[in-house]
Parts: sequence; C-alpha cells; structure tokens
Amino acid sequence: MKELIRIASGQGFWGDLLTAPIDQVTKGPVDYMMMDYLAEVTMSIMQKQKRKDPKLGYAKDLVELFEQILPVCVEKNIRVITNGGGVNPVACSEAILNVARKLGIKKLKIGVVLGDDILERIDELASQEIPLKNMETGENLSNVRTKLQSANVYFGAFPVVEALHQGAQIVITGRTTDTGLTLAPMIYEFGWKEDDWDKLAAGTVAGHILECGGQASGGNFSADWRAVPDLAHIGFPIAEAHPSGEIVITKHENTGGLVSLATVKEQLLYEIGNPKEYITPDCVADFTTIQLESGGKNRVKMTGVKGKPATEYYKVSMSYLDGYTAVGTLTYSWPDALEKAQKADEVLRTRLNDLKLEFEEVRTEFMGYNSCHGPLVTEVTNLNEVVLRVGVRSQDFKAVERFGKELAPLILTGPPAVTGFAGGRPKPSEVISYWPALIPKNAVKPEVVIKEI
Amino acid sequence: MRIRLDKICHVRSGDKGDTGNVGLIARKKEYYPIIEKYVTADRVKKHFEGIALGPVERYELPNLWALNFLLHHALGGGGTKSLKNDAQGKTLSAALLRMEIEINEEIIL
Repeated sequence: MKELIRIASGQGFWGDLLTAPIDQVTKGPVDYMMMDYLAEVTMSIMQKQKRKDPKLGYAKDLVELFEQILPVCVEKNIRVITNGGGVNPVACSEAILNVARKLGIKKLKIGVVLGDDILERIDELASQEIPLKNMETGENLSNVRTKLQSANVYFGAFPVVEALHQGAQIVITGRTTDTGLTLAPMIYEFGWKEDDWDKLAAGTVAGHILECGGQASGGNFSADWRAVPDLAHIGFPIAEAHPSGEIVITKHENTGGLVSLATVKEQLLYEIGNPKEYITPDCVADFTTIQLESGGKNRVKMTGVKGKPATEYYKVSMSYLDGYTAVGTLTYSWPDALEKAQKADEVLRTRLNDLKLEFEEVRTEFMGYNSCHGPLVTEVTNLNEVVLRVGVRSQDFKAVERFGKELAPLILTGPPAVTGFAGGRPKPSEVISYWPALIPKNAVKPEVVIKEI
Repeated sequence: MRIRLDKICHVRSGDKGDTGNVGLIARKKEYYPIIEKYVTADRVKKHFEGIALGPVERYELPNLWALNFLLHHALGGGGTKSLKNDAQGKTLSAALLRMEIEINEEIIL
C-alpha cells in the first residue's frame, strides 16, 4: 500500500481556468486529478443539448483538454476522475477515446459510471411508490411532472472506486458528488472500508476543499486578497492523502496563489449547512471536528475529522421549466446619474403597466449603488455613473419578449446622458427550477462500464 | 467599544437554492468568543432586513474560529429564477462585514 497519494484539483466548475489542469499534471508530482463540472443548472443545459444531438450532453471542454493532457497523463500514469460526463458519459468517453486514437495512444481504459440519470424512470419509480416529493416543500412531483428537464441521482465515491479497480485510467461519471471524486482514490489506494466513517469523512472534507479549484488556494480570498502572490498563475489545490486519514492541502511550487489556514477555512465554510451533518452518499462528515495546522509554506495539515454512518437515501436533483426571464441594462452618467436612472425606471414601469403585461416579478437594481447590498448601502452623493438594471420574470414568453423591446426606447424618450445599449434587446431565457428529492439507495444501481482501445 | 466586523473577521458566502450561506471567521483565536457572543442569529436577521426574507440560522464551528449563517429566502428565488445581479449570494459575505457590534470587552485590533 502506498503511504501517500497526491490528488490534484483541475476544475472547479464548467467554465473554470482552462490552463489549471494542464499546470496540475505538468508542474509537479500528482497521482490523480479530479475535475468538477456540474452545478445544478448544468444538468438541464446538458439534457437540452442531448435532445438536439444524441452525441452531446457532456462538458465539451473535456475533449480539447484531453488533447493537451492525455499524453502526459499516460506517460506519468496520472489517473483522471471527472463528473464532466454530464447526462451522456458514454458519448463523452467515446469522444476521449477518439482523441487518444488521434494522438496515437495505443492503450487506454476509460471507466464510465452510469445509472444516475433517472429521467426515463420517473413513472416506473412512482409505480414502486417512490414518489420523489420535493424534500424542501413536500409538494407532489405531479405538479411539475410534464415540465421535467432532468433527474439525476447523486452517486458517491464507490462506483468510481469500482472503475479504478477495473483498471480505468480515466473515470467519466454523470452526477457523482464533487466530494466523491476526491474521496474515491483514497478508498481505492488505502483499502478504506464502507464503514470507515472517520476516514471517509476526512476524504470527503478534502473533497470539499478541492471541489472549487482555486477558491481554496487564494482565489476569492477575503482575509487579505492583496497579499496573494501572482494570482495570474494561481496554482490549484492538491491533497496529499495518507492511509490514516491525515491530509495535507498544498499546491505545486513555482505557481501563484496561496494555501494558508485562512484560505482553507474560507473554502471549508463555502456552501455548507449544518456543519455537524455534511451529508454525502458516502458518510455524514462533522466539520466541527476538523483540526487544521500550518505545515510550512503553502501547506495546511488536516487531522481529527469524525464521520457518522451514511443515510439510507441518495439525493436526487431534478429540474423543470418554470417560465422565462430577461434582464436589461442602461448606463446613466453624471450629473445626477442615480436620479436619472430612477426616473428611467419609473417611465419604464409605467409603460409596462400600460401594456398590461403580467409578470411574477419586476426587479430594479442600480449597479454602482445598490445591486449587491440592497438596503444596507450607505448614502452617496452624485455618483459618476450608474447602471440601471431591470429584470422581469413571467410564465408568459410574449410578456418577457415585449419587455425586451421597451428598454431601448428609453434612450431617445427618457432622461439624458444615457448609453450602453450596444448588446441589443435583452432576449428571454428559460427559468430552470430545482426539485430536490430523496430516493432509497436500493432503488437505483450504479453501473460501471469499461471502454478501451 | 464599537467595532465593525471587517476589523476582526474574514468571510465567504455561497448559495443552496434560495438560501444564502455566510461563513464568518475570526481573524484571531481571541476574537472568536466575541463574535460567538455578539453576532447572534437575531442580530444577523436584523442586519439583513429586506434581504433575508426568511429565518436566519446560526451554527458554531469553534475549531475553525467560525460561525455559519443560513439566510433563507435571500436570493430572489435562487438559481436561474432570481433576477438579482448577485443571484448566488457571493457578496452577502461582504455585506455581513458591514455590521457593527458594541462590545463590553477591550480587545487589541
């Protein structure tokens, strides 16, 4: 058994810094790289792409990325784990195999984790008395059944572990938890058991630190952002994991950014609920047991993490169509920029009322003044410029579309010193709402398929 | 003495649906008892009046010198539904740093 493995964070979301995964596999030693691509809204976007073209529905960035990193990963035997397979992990793995063939790579095994996509199984599950009620509101799924866009079960680390056991160098999954991507190689390398709750919790916490990429290594750092060196070349975090569950968070030497107690703490506090019950499919981690200490320059040691048994349920994330929105902006300049923007908003709202359009909400914000902190902002006199930002939401597409046509006229028929309409009319976009639910673990079965050349 | 939280804390915030989470971390170990004592859920609820439309919950993480606040119904519906510029609550963290507390203890800044 290895005494140490290094797991690198390559991407924190679909749209993250494209050079980061390349730096991770070339600028220093790593054994594994995890890449998180999935936010809740991402799955519905991918379903839409798949409906248009059955060969799509995954993070297309992966194809170009593997063109750049596959040779070095094969040469150094770095194993890559990602949930970028989205709603079509098979097509994703085939696209990557094509990249391998093009690069002249003779041998490659890709493990594909399937079974998380239950969109086609909703009625079957209902007939088994698995109602998938909204776990926050208690509503019945029948209320939105016809508008469902995607339905995915959050799998944990163990299907990925199975793929690693079958010799996969690359593991492509659908909706696997962000934390599971980091935990899986620890379970696989150190032989951790399904009820090693403390160790599983330690790996899960490490996964939480890695899952947002640079946000643990100096990005979005509130404590002292001026002191972060060379953000342009930020090194993404790396977890050095030991069989005991002790984990050191660090980054490659000769990269920018910063790994400190403060940067790691900020990421630990990101998007958590009750810290004593951080629930994943693999365990329930207790964040109040985490002990951090500095382990030298850009090194933070984590010990002491306690875990509790996993629950009997998987979380399901579903999305459904819920109307339309559009947002438009206009820029007003000194003098009296704020007053002019307020007047423009008043004129716009009067015209929308005259048209008798029905909106669920019309929201006005004044960027440069109150769009971030709303009623908390301090009074200011005579701002140099203000951006009027108006958004509408409605179930009626036509109402939202018409709103988009009412903004530009303000330039010639509203208050003076206005600009910033080069982008054209705001276009309606679909609202995707979430439907979180629970499903008994025995109602779904993760499946691992190997694709190879 | 009266202090604004940015003098003694750092922060991070994020979203889960229509709920914003704000992590408030003491810059020094000796500041943690101060924020634990004075930055209560009630106090934060008042601070975010007009922003957090639902209840505010507080959780303590003394091991990280930190408090975690959940601000319910603070993101205009959350996700793609929200019309807010800050639909993900990324700047709620900085908004909490504006809070001033009146404390009985003397601390060295």
